[in-house]
Amino acid sequence: MDLANLTIAEAASKLRRGECSSVELTRAVLARAHAVEPRIHSFLARCDDTAVAAAADADARLARGGDANPLTGIPIALKDVIATRGVPTTAGSRILENFVPPYDATVTARLRTSGAVIVAKANCDEFAMGSSTENSAFAVTCNPWDVGRVPGGSSGGSATAVAAAECLGALGTDTGGSVRLPAAFCGVVGMKPTYGRVSRYGVVAYASSLDQVGPLTRDVRDCALLLGAIAGHDPLDSTSVDTPVPDYAAGLDAGVRGLRIGLPREYFVAGMQPEVERSVRAAVRTLEGLGAAVTEVSLPHTRYGIAAYYLIATAEASSNLARYDGVKYGRRSQGNGGLLEMYRRTRAEGFGREVKRRIMLGTYALSAGYYDAYYLKAQKVRTLIRRDFAAAFERCDVLVTPVAATTAFPIGARTADPLQMYLTDVCTIPVNLAGLPGLSLPCGFDGAGLPIGLQIIGAPFAEETVLRAAHAYEQATEWHRRRPQIGAT
Amino acid sequence: MSTSGTVDRAAGAATAAAEREALGRFEAVIGLEVHAQLLTHAKIFCGCSTAFGAPPNANSCPVCLGMPGVLPVLNRRVVEFAIRLALATGCTVARSSRWARKNYFYPDLPKGYQISMYELPIATGGGVDIVVDGAAKRVGLTRIHMEEDAGKNIHDAHGDASLVDLNRAGVPLLEIVSEPDIRSIAEAGAYLRTLRALVQYLEICDGNMEEGSFRCDANVSIRPRGATALGVKVEIKNLNSFRAVEKALAHEIGRQAEVLGGGGTIVQETRLWDAEREETRAMRTKEHAHDYRYFPDPDLLPLVVDERWVAEIRGTLPELPAARRERFVAEYGLPVYDAEVLTARRDVADYFEAAVKSTAAEAGAKVAGKPPAGAAAEAETKPAKGAAKPTAKAVSNWVMSELLRVVREQRLDDALTITNWPVPPADLGRLVGLVEAATISGKIAKTVWSEMLASGKAPEAIVAEKGLVQVSDRGALESAVDGVLAANPDKVAEYRGGKTKLFGFFVGQVMKATDGAGNPQLVNDLLRAKLGGT
Repeated sequence: MDLANLTIAEAASKLRRGECSSVELTRAVLARAHAVEPRIHSFLARCDDTAVAAAADADARLARGGDANPLTGIPIALKDVIATRGVPTTAGSRILENFVPPYDATVTARLRTSGAVIVAKANCDEFAMGSSTENSAFAVTCNPWDVGRVPGGSSGGSATAVAAAECLGALGTDTGGSVRLPAAFCGVVGMKPTYGRVSRYGVVAYASSLDQVGPLTRDVRDCALLLGAIAGHDPLDSTSVDTPVPDYAAGLDAGVRGLRIGLPREYFVAGMQPEVERSVRAAVRTLEGLGAAVTEVSLPHTRYGIAAYYLIATAEASSNLARYDGVKYGRRSQGNGGLLEMYRRTRAEGFGREVKRRIMLGTYALSAGYYDAYYLKAQKVRTLIRRDFAAAFERCDVLVTPVAATTAFPIGARTADPLQMYLTDVCTIPVNLAGLPGLSLPCGFDGAGLPIGLQIIGAPFAEETVLRAAHAYEQATEWHRRRPQIGAT
Repeated sequence: MSTSGTVDRAAGAATAAAEREALGRFEAVIGLEVHAQLLTHAKIFCGCSTAFGAPPNANSCPVCLGMPGVLPVLNRRVVEFAIRLALATGCTVARSSRWARKNYFYPDLPKGYQISMYELPIATGGGVDIVVDGAAKRVGLTRIHMEEDAGKNIHDAHGDASLVDLNRAGVPLLEIVSEPDIRSIAEAGAYLRTLRALVQYLEICDGNMEEGSFRCDANVSIRPRGATALGVKVEIKNLNSFRAVEKALAHEIGRQAEVLGGGGTIVQETRLWDAEREETRAMRTKEHAHDYRYFPDPDLLPLVVDERWVAEIRGTLPELPAARRERFVAEYGLPVYDAEVLTARRDVADYFEAAVKSTAAEAGAKVAGKPPAGAAAEAETKPAKGAAKPTAKAVSNWVMSELLRVVREQRLDDALTITNWPVPPADLGRLVGLVEAATISGKIAKTVWSEMLASGKAPEAIVAEKGLVQVSDRGALESAVDGVLAANPDKVAEYRGGKTKLFGFFVGQVMKATDGAGNPQLVNDLLRAKLGGT
């Protein structure tokens, strides 16, 4: 029995039937990580000892009986932007290399309360800025389907850890596609919830009005279970919304009969990898065959999404990252030139190229004399994009699109040209700008055996509908059952 | 403390003269920005205490330390306090206002930005009514907004290193920005004092300038009299006392008049007041001004204020200083000056009213202790009834001269509200009542007062214990007078021979014979009658 490859739902039921213990489950994923980490580099910090202890606690809870929480004893990995009390939280940056937070993020605390076993901190692009996980200061994470390729980003380590069975589920963060893109590239399920659905407290901020924590799992049911554990209002996050959290798993089997699916024509553009378009269109036909009604819709401001995003996100980032100044915590570079030199050297040595690029972009966008032309204009575009979606959701229940125009690209292929890298997120960014829930799930493989992702987008707080559609598709297909073969070191 | 008003007035008169001379053909245009530290128990965006004087960084948490990923949560009390001041100054409270980030690097600013309000403040319009030399004027308010305070850098305490104390980081502030409506140093002083009295009455700020809980920056320009266009303005920072504000303004106005008078031009800049050298120094020019890159804070929702809540807060506003001053004149018949001094602080005004109420109830009622036989009843005392107005003035005199002197000397006026008054108001009231009822003389009252301060005993008890009840019994005093005249026939003869200066001698002898308890007025009357009438 390959415990490490179980879904959360399968493992939860085995734990309750006594077919395995959480300690066994945890040891299985730790052993798996031990075997594949040299080739994949999913993790920045491993918590082997505390994980086994937490698993033993979970076993004790399960032994007492009556524990109905599906996450009890389940090994989970967290993207390294999510604060974990007593465990280094670096955001993939040198500037936080030795930072150990004295607090848990709300999502971390909720997972601990749910009985989940935190096994590791997953690699990511520095401060979640990137689409390939190549921007981490510490390691390049490799795609388990082809270690010469990127896993997508920025939550690359979370996606590879799930795909390579180094954990049963993981949390990532998604600011412009950072959960959905690596899920698509690694052949797992990833979801960005509605903005405000999940607390951001304790999540190292990149772009506060766009950031959202989301689950990465092996199937849609697990995604529903993990989302249910982290969603909900948090008094520590003023932007979290106080609406009830439904039982996401309960509604999964209701099917898609009569569901109105919209296909935004702007998302099927020239330059797409043909296999991607074919797979996505085939997936739409599968959904149609299951009883959904498909119509074409238009989201006319889609083409301005990337530009608006790279003004808003970088503006917020330039301010969010000002706190890393060497004064209070994290890296401090020494110098003889007093305060100003300390600031300059700390930030020059502590931040990587992409982070500096975005800080400069954002600083420029907010500067006196440029604010109206850039930041304010971008906010207006954001409003137009939001209206596009609102209009579409008057006619549709969900929208279906590709996650990315291509499958995973080779490591190094886009690092020389930041603009080309930015375009990777063209299908995911508008969803963040509009604050909507979006899910990525496997819908096929290309000729090289690389996974292809299908994006399902819902109206605000319509996570249930998105999950139901995804689950119906998943039940009708076998893509999610494929596992990458990773050669040993 | 309000009583320093007299001193400030004198200083104000001196600076006003210097000001007129310096200005010549120019007039000053002044706008003031006040930062008032709010008296909430918790900080504005986290639960940390705002208590002053804790060990460095004791009042801090991941939120006010700006640690990665933490988020601000607004303290509702801060908004309530802002609305209190907005309503008290006639401002419009915005239905929806917005938090903004003001970005700049400084070690005492943990996040690298200050959460403030920029384009959409909580309150706009309104004004502060001031009186200068009897003339009333309204200084308009541009805006009131909320923001968080920064921490403190401590230099020279640890070798070359600077230390940072973040206890103050996140303490709530109101920034109150006036229109450039102020035309003189006296008006600036009156504006600041009136505003301070207002925040103290509202119990939202202790108004302590020296400790930095009520800070002021000034924007100053001058222009030819009669001109309508504004001159180039200079911002002056580091004004941490009323004296500093007045002196800095005088210096800066003089400097600008000199520059313009000599054909020069004023540079738009920020200048720092140096209290020791008594001059302003250039800090940074417009070209080097910070670009704060304000933008709406995405971590906080727009602040929506419900009308019902505003109405609720309006219902809890206390009587404000201006209204109370007018009422003191009308109700107690006090001179305007007294009313001004007494109402400058809410606790002093409360004390005064409590003391007046006690005299009205108790004056002349309970003459304490056992007065010498036959000394009280038929005495020629002023009636207690109908004496409310003179009593109020008497209480006012006592409060202004004796009580506030003690408060000042014993430094009881640090806090917003004096809780440990040297003497309870009812005791002072009854002491005045004893004088009003002629139970004791004004002179004896001073002795009783000292004893009250020393022992904390009630005035009646002291009077009884020490036998200080005034002898107003005509018969008793007449026999004392007769005795003195009989014992000094030669002096009587000299007096009647024209040496009227001896009158004081006789008074002294009679007072001595009555152990100092003789009613001085009655003693005088009797002596005059007996000496002159023979």
